[in-house]
Amino acid sequence: MEVSSDYAVQMHGITKMFGSFCALNNVHLDVKKGTIHAILGENGAGKSTLMNVLYGLYQADAGEIFLNGEKVNIKNPNIAIEHGIGMVHQHFMLVENFTVTQNIILGNEVTNRFGLLNMKKAREEILEIVRKYGLEVDPDAKIEDISVGMQQRVEILKALYRGVDLLILDEPTAVLTPQEIDDLIQIMHNLISDGKTIIIITHKLKEIKASADVCTIIRRGEYVDTVPVADVDEEELATKMVGHAVQLVVEKTPAKPGDVVFEIDNLTVKDERKLDAVKNLSLKVRKGEIVGIAGIDGNGQKELVEAITNLTKAESGTIKINGVEIQNTTPHNVIDHKISTIHEDRQKRGLVLPFTVAENMVIEKYRERPYSKGGMLNSSEILAFTKGLIKEYDIRPENCENQAARGLSGGNQQKVIIAREISNEPDLLIAVQPTRGLDVGAIEYVHKTLIRERDKGRAILLISLELDEVMNVADTIAVIYAGSIVSTFKQGEVDENTVGLLMAGGKINENVG
Amino acid sequence: MLSKILLLIGITMMYSTPLVFGALGGVISERSGVVNIGIEGMMTVGAFAAAAVSYFTGNPWLGLLAAGAAGGAIALLHAIASVTFKADQTISGIAINFIGPGLALFFCRLMFSKATMTPPAKTLPKIFGEDFFQGSPAGNLNVDVTVVLALVCAAVMWYFLYKTKWGLRVLSVGEHPAAADTLGINVSRTRYLCVLVSGVLAGFGGASMTLAIISQFTPTAISGQGFIALAAVIFGKWTPFGAYGACLLFGFAQALTIVLGGGDYAVPSQILAMLPYVLTIIVLIFFVGRSVAPKADGVPYEKGQR
Repeated sequence: MEVSSDYAVQMHGITKMFGSFCALNNVHLDVKKGTIHAILGENGAGKSTLMNVLYGLYQADAGEIFLNGEKVNIKNPNIAIEHGIGMVHQHFMLVENFTVTQNIILGNEVTNRFGLLNMKKAREEILEIVRKYGLEVDPDAKIEDISVGMQQRVEILKALYRGVDLLILDEPTAVLTPQEIDDLIQIMHNLISDGKTIIIITHKLKEIKASADVCTIIRRGEYVDTVPVADVDEEELATKMVGHAVQLVVEKTPAKPGDVVFEIDNLTVKDERKLDAVKNLSLKVRKGEIVGIAGIDGNGQKELVEAITNLTKAESGTIKINGVEIQNTTPHNVIDHKISTIHEDRQKRGLVLPFTVAENMVIEKYRERPYSKGGMLNSSEILAFTKGLIKEYDIRPENCENQAARGLSGGNQQKVIIAREISNEPDLLIAVQPTRGLDVGAIEYVHKTLIRERDKGRAILLISLELDEVMNVADTIAVIYAGSIVSTFKQGEVDENTVGLLMAGGKINENVG
Repeated sequence: MLSKILLLIGITMMYSTPLVFGALGGVISERSGVVNIGIEGMMTVGAFAAAAVSYFTGNPWLGLLAAGAAGGAIALLHAIASVTFKADQTISGIAINFIGPGLALFFCRLMFSKATMTPPAKTLPKIFGEDFFQGSPAGNLNVDVTVVLALVCAAVMWYFLYKTKWGLRVLSVGEHPAAADTLGINVSRTRYLCVLVSGVLAGFGGASMTLAIISQFTPTAISGQGFIALAAVIFGKWTPFGAYGACLLFGFAQALTIVLGGGDYAVPSQILAMLPYVLTIIVLIFFVGRSVAPKADGVPYEKGQR
C-alpha cells in the first residue's frame, strides 16, 4: 500500500520479537482518516502488541510507521501523545480515589505560573468536551463511585482533553452492558463525524459488525486480511480469525433437570466495607441443569461465590447442598460436600503458579489416599493421576506434569483447573467467568465441557460477566442486580436486551415470556 | 496549676517536633508509593550529624542543614534499593535502621576520642529568644524554633500535595503508577525525590532532638521516635495535618511521662516511660485496619507486562 496523507496511520512490515518468540511478523495496517478500523484476532494474536508499538510502549524490531503520510519514530508514549494518538487501555488507567477531573488533567494540569492548580478552569474545559461529544459524566465524582461504563468515558475524555486525532480502544466492550455498548458506539460515531479516527481492538464479531468500517485480521502474529466490514458476515470473520471454521453457537440438547441439589435461601453477605453486597438472595440449582447468573461486575457475584465457598462469612440465610447446610463452615468442608469451584481468577485463586501442574492437580486432595500416606506425599500416584488428566483434557504441552503452572498458556491453565475440579466428581460445579481471557477455540472447549458435565447429571452454576455466555450456555438465566436475583428466565424465554436492562437495574414494563 | 498546664503544653510541643518531622517524611515517601520504615535510622544519623556539626562550627543552623543532608544521603540508599532495584522496601528499611545508628556511633567514636556521645553542642534558639519570659509561667510556651519549623513544613507539604500539579502527580504515582506512567509522569524520578525529601525531613527530626531537646548526641537520643512517627503516619491517614495531630498526641504522652514523673505523684517512672509506646500499639491496633494506605504503597513499579 502506498504511503498517503489520506491515511491517519500506516504501519508497514512491523515485526516484534520477545526473546525468541515472534509476536508480530511483517504485519501491515492502513487506517483511513475519519473511519472506525477494527483489529480482530484471538488472544495472543498480537493485536495489542501492534497497538502498543503504535503507542510507543514497545519498539518494533522492523517496519515503518507513517502518520498522515509522514514517517515517524515513536519511541515512547509521550511522542505518541504529541502526535495526537490516544489509547484507552483494556484495564483502565485511572486513579480510583481521584475525581474525574483530577484523572483527566493529570500530567497536563491547568495551572498558573507557579504550578498552582486551577480546578475551576479545568472543570470548564472538561465540561466543554463532555457537551461536544455527548460523553455524560460528572467531573466531580470520584472514580471509585462511578460505573465501569462511566470510567471508560473518563478514559476517552482523557484522550480528547489531550487533543487526540486518533483514538485506540483496546477491548472497549469487554466490561460493558449491552446498553453501555450502544452508547459507546454512538460516542464513537460522534467522534468520527468530528473528523477523528478510531482503531478498535476486539475479538467480538458482533461489535465489529455494529461499529467498524474496515477490519484487519491478525492470526498468531501474522497479517491475514483487511476487509470492508459491510462485505463480510460474522462467520467469515470468525473463520479468518481462527484459521478454520468455528461454531459460534453453543450446541446442546434441552436440559433434563432433576431434583434440586443446591439451594440458597435468603442469603445476605457483607463486603469489605461492611455493606450488604448480597441481599436476601435465593437460588435453586437442579441436577442436570446449568443455571447462569448474568450481571454487571460488582453486583454481589464475588461475595456470593465467596460465601458459597466459605471464603467469607454469610451474615444470614442458608446455603444447602443435598439438604445439608454448609454456610459458615470451612472451604474444605464445602469441597467435602461435593461442591467444586472454577474460580474467576485462575492465576490468583485457581492455581499456585510456581507449583507444578501435578501439585496443582492434587491441591484439594493431597491429604487423601493414595496421594499421601502417613503425611508423606506419594509422588508416583500423584504423577499417574496427573498424567491421566493431562491426556483426558488434552492439556498442552504434553508431559507438563512437572512444569510450573506459570508456564502454561491461559487456556491450558484453565484446563488444569477444570480437570482438577471435575475429577472431584462434584454434585455442584460452580464456574465463575470460566472463559475469561480465553480465545475462541478454548472458549468452545470450556462450554462443551460444562454441557457434557451437565448431561452427566451434575448441577452447574455459571457466573459470568459475559452476557452472551450466559445466554448461550445456561438453561436457566438468573439476573443479579444489587446483590439480589431480580428475575429468572428459561433459556429462549428472554432476549439479550431485556436481560441487559435488568442487569442495569431497569424494570420490564410489559410482561416478558 | 497554670504553670503546670503550660509546662505540659510546652513539653508536648517540644517532644512532638522530632515526631512531626519523621512523620512528614513518612507521609511524602509513602504517598509516592515507597514504604519507608527506615525513618528511625535516618533520624539517628541526622541527630548525630546535627550535634557534631553544631559542636565543631558553633553554628546550630549549620548542624540542622547537615542533619538534613545526612538523612537525605541515607535515604538515597533506600531509594536506590527500592526504586531502581525494586527490592523489598521493608527489608531495605530495616537495613537502614541498622546502618543509621551504626554509622552514627562509628563516626561518634572516630571524631570524639572513642566516646559514644558528643559533647554538648550549641542548640537552636527559642522562638522568643532566651530571656523573653524571664520567670513568668508563660516561659513554658517559649518553645524551640524547630516547633515552628515543623508546623511550617506540615503546612507547606499540605499545600504542595493538594494544591499544586506536582502534588497531584506524587499522589497519582502512589496510587496508580501505571496510570501516571502512561500520562508521561516519570514514576522513578518522582519516587526518588520523595524518598530523598523524606530522608531530609527525618534528618531534621533527628536534629530537633539533639539541637533542641537534649543538646548532644547519645546512642539513645532516638529511641523509637522513627517508629512512633510511622504509627502517626497511619493514624493520620497519610495526610500532613493528620500526621501532625497524631504526633501531638504521642508528644503529649511523652510530656505526661515527664510532668507526672517529676515529683508529687507516685507513678513508677518505668511505667510512665512505657506510655508513648503503649499508646502507639493501641493506636495501631485500632486504626491500622481502618485507614487506607496509598494503593501502590510498598509495591515496586514494573513497567509493562513482558
